[in-house]
Amino acid sequence: MPATARETNLLGCHDCGLVSRNVDGHDHLICPRCNADLHMRKPNSIHRTWALVIAACIFYLPANLLPITHTTSLGHVQSDTIMSGVLYFISHGDWPLALVIFTASVAVPLLKLVVLIFLLISVQRKSAWRNRDRTVLYRFTEAVGRWSMVDVFVVTILVALVKLGALANIDAGLGAVYFALVVIITIFAAESFDPRLIWDPEEEDHDARH
Amino acid sequence: MFESSADAMPPTITACHECDLLNHVPVLAPGTTARCTRCNGVLYRNPKDCLDRTLALAFASLALYLVAVTFPFLAFGSGGNVVETSLLTGVRDLHRQGLDLLAAVVLITSVIAPAAVIFCYMYLLLPLKRGRSPVYVQPVYRALRAITPWNMIEVFLLGILVALVKLAGMAEVIPGIAVWSFAILIITLASASSNFEPAVYWNEVERCR
Repeated sequence: MPATARETNLLGCHDCGLVSRNVDGHDHLICPRCNADLHMRKPNSIHRTWALVIAACIFYLPANLLPITHTTSLGHVQSDTIMSGVLYFISHGDWPLALVIFTASVAVPLLKLVVLIFLLISVQRKSAWRNRDRTVLYRFTEAVGRWSMVDVFVVTILVALVKLGALANIDAGLGAVYFALVVIITIFAAESFDPRLIWDPEEEDHDARH
Repeated sequence: MFESSADAMPPTITACHECDLLNHVPVLAPGTTARCTRCNGVLYRNPKDCLDRTLALAFASLALYLVAVTFPFLAFGSGGNVVETSLLTGVRDLHRQGLDLLAAVVLITSVIAPAAVIFCYMYLLLPLKRGRSPVYVQPVYRALRAITPWNMIEVFLLGILVALVKLAGMAEVIPGIAVWSFAILIITLASASSNFEPAVYWNEVERCR
């Protein structure tokens, strides 16, 4: 049975990948090659990730309920939320774009939060269920999160471009601020989760049998 | 609590980032990839001439970046009423609206982070060409690792495409030379990143010390 780094008192560096031996009696170790902090497991991974996930869930509401843009056109002001933007594309028959915005702005942040909550609960229950699939799920969650930023950039570009005076003018709404916060907080949440925790029960189970 | 350096193991031993399993990886032939035997995560790769390619692509990226931030980005208008913008116009407008947090997020992810990544690659790789290891190799290497995920220019490009479709019915949108540079910058910077392989880089640094 191959061993993990923790079982053999070794630490892998997150930044440069060098593996080093843990020196006894030191609680703060740094990588001899790149000077990064070394951790057997990310510190307080579960608590930190929970805190960030809960914060993101709270901000998710104003992000979706408050308008992200205010469009002024000939004295008439129209406020749009993320969902009304998606509906706008659908009503114009622009299905591919509606799908892109819906996926990036609504589905991805929500799925990311659901997946992280699922991973946190399964790790806390020391589940041994489909470790490899759960790791893939984590890897995927970590990779797709950045694409949620697309709506923030769309708002920025619209604000910059649409300045035709009384004819048409677009301002950013508070919803866009909360939405950017949700995206950033979920990126930090995915980063603070330690996927090695998924595999730890397997190792403890192995120890118990010997 | 005090800091201490851990004892380095031979570089052929790797711990998987995703499941912590120890793997023995022999010296990799150029163009091959090593994966974890338990979770299939990538341990490391050795692309051909990878460091030289990163440096060359960093130079190309620098030229494209300078064009992208200084030349006209997008113009929009109908009749005699045309608004010309640069990459930074949106950030400035958000700041004027009092949405500083949003302005900062956009500034960092689409303007500052790509510049910082380009700078880090040049700083880390240029001295090696002359057989010297960079003076601040450790902090700059770690800064590069920390900044890279916040470079979101490819997402910004998708944002441009969505905005173009949204505005298509309203008035004409004219892409400037900066938009094209920006689009190519995404490709050069992504290839620079995918060619920069930590294991190969640190071997090279050790050799120059």
